[in-house]
Amino acid sequence: MAAPPSLRPIARRIRRLAGRLLFALLVAAIVTYTVFPFYWAIVASLKSGNELFSASLLPADPGWENYRAIFRDRPFARSILNSLLVATATVAVSLALAAAAAFALGRITFRGRGALLLAILAVSMFPQIAILAGLFELIRALGLYNNLLALVFSHLTFTLPFAVWVLTGFMREMPTALEEAAMIDGATPFVVLTRIFLPLLAPALVTTGLLTFIVSWNEFLFALTFTLTDDKRTVPVAIALITGASRFELPWGQIMAASVTVTLPLIALVLVFQRRIIAGLAAGAVKG
Amino acid sequence: MVATPATRARRRQAWRYLLPMLAVLAAVAGWPLARTLWFALTDARLDTTGGYHLVGLDNFAYLAADRDWWIAVRNTLVFTAASVLLETLLGLVIALTLNARMRGRGLLRAAMLIPWAIPTVVSAQMWGWMLHDQFGVINALLLATGLIAEPQAWTADPNLALGAVIAVDVWKTTPFMALLLLAALQMLPPQLYEAGRVDGLGPLGAFRHITLPLIRPALMVAVIFRSLDAMRVFDLMYVLTGNSRASASMSIYAREQLIDFQDLGYGSAAATGLFTAVAAVTALLIIAGRVRLAAAPDRAA
Repeated sequence: MAAPPSLRPIARRIRRLAGRLLFALLVAAIVTYTVFPFYWAIVASLKSGNELFSASLLPADPGWENYRAIFRDRPFARSILNSLLVATATVAVSLALAAAAAFALGRITFRGRGALLLAILAVSMFPQIAILAGLFELIRALGLYNNLLALVFSHLTFTLPFAVWVLTGFMREMPTALEEAAMIDGATPFVVLTRIFLPLLAPALVTTGLLTFIVSWNEFLFALTFTLTDDKRTVPVAIALITGASRFELPWGQIMAASVTVTLPLIALVLVFQRRIIAGLAAGAVKG
Repeated sequence: MVATPATRARRRQAWRYLLPMLAVLAAVAGWPLARTLWFALTDARLDTTGGYHLVGLDNFAYLAADRDWWIAVRNTLVFTAASVLLETLLGLVIALTLNARMRGRGLLRAAMLIPWAIPTVVSAQMWGWMLHDQFGVINALLLATGLIAEPQAWTADPNLALGAVIAVDVWKTTPFMALLLLAALQMLPPQLYEAGRVDGLGPLGAFRHITLPLIRPALMVAVIFRSLDAMRVFDLMYVLTGNSRASASMSIYAREQLIDFQDLGYGSAAATGLFTAVAAVTALLIIAGRVRLAAAPDRAA
């Protein structure tokens, strides 16, 4: 039996309301799924003593003891400094080499360009473990074992192809007219690259640099394998190797405090640069 | 195209700009890869600096006979297939949701980036705590809702460990998938949907006949990258389940042989096995998806 005509608009409104409610629920579920682990880590990092072992949603007596402990009892500040040094050096070397290469790959047609691009992409995708043995030998031969330079060296294996790939995409979008005008005025390719393209590509360089920085900052396998002592560890290795008095008594409060400490600056970076990051990821379509 | 002297000079220039990058890449990646392939044919050890001997394909024969290696192969393939499938489905749902016009979409999009940006080690530790057998919030939640009768040791139980690792990977990488798909969705012309509506296409029909075919190239590229990335998984297992056989990946197995057991030759053979598998899967996916990866930079945002 159909509803009387006067009720029909109400039924439609109810249906629309239900649809909007469902949509809101879906959004809420997505947000909870994404954010809850961070929330839970923050809560755990602020709990102290036995409170950690109760599943209460808020710390009853929030305190900074876990944060003090990681900086007082462990060389966590040193780990952060190491990570900053390694990531910054890796970004600088990657960008310098990649900008020149992207200029050739993006602006000049030559035989084998497509194959070369694919080969570079393949290098960034191959498993790190496949070069671990050879890199270990090389790093030991260069006397760089347990040295931060070994990490810069090994991180280049994936940051460099990644930077070349992303920058080539950006370089291709530069208008040809600029380059032609400069060439007619007698500018050399070097001048075109350094005086015209690089200033115009500054936003792209920032994006690529940021992505490269994050990838290097997060790297684990090489950092774990090529360093030995606590004072050479980077942040991911330090957080992975936090141990307590025994294997069965991990100091979870401190592990969470360390995790929160390194995540907050990343959240700030992501919030500030989110549009750039998404554009860069779409251009590179590379790893997570 | 006839090469004038000017264009020929320009092509020579191209190689001058490429050379530094290629030289560094050859030194840090090409040479070590060649050495790994070479070591795989020897009995070299990490702890003795002395000589080593060529042993032919012996290492590969041992590898093929080792049950643990095949467990690692199976774990890696199950991990890759399950997590990429779940990430793609979930990522698609999230992308379609975020594609709707609503308040706070920018903030939501930024929130999605955070799991991607944090180190895998950090996400593994955060989930390790949530999955803790005695004090974990997941056990507390499931016990309270009556879904499980007693606390589960998610990361220690051999039957559950791989599932737990997959769940954490899905959490970490789904947002990345969703963002790539969202970027593709936002480039679709709205006129198509109007035309579809005129032709009587419902929301599901529009999704099947308009959305899916048009985002297919982006979807395939994302799936390929994620699959290759998943196959080399190391950090997650190392932190969540250690070297436990039940969830060890091929990377975990190879590193254990190489570094923990100092067996450079045998570990290199295992690493070569993974390298070959990744190459084979790449070829397979490219053929199956008929994707022209080389065209990707042209679509740069």
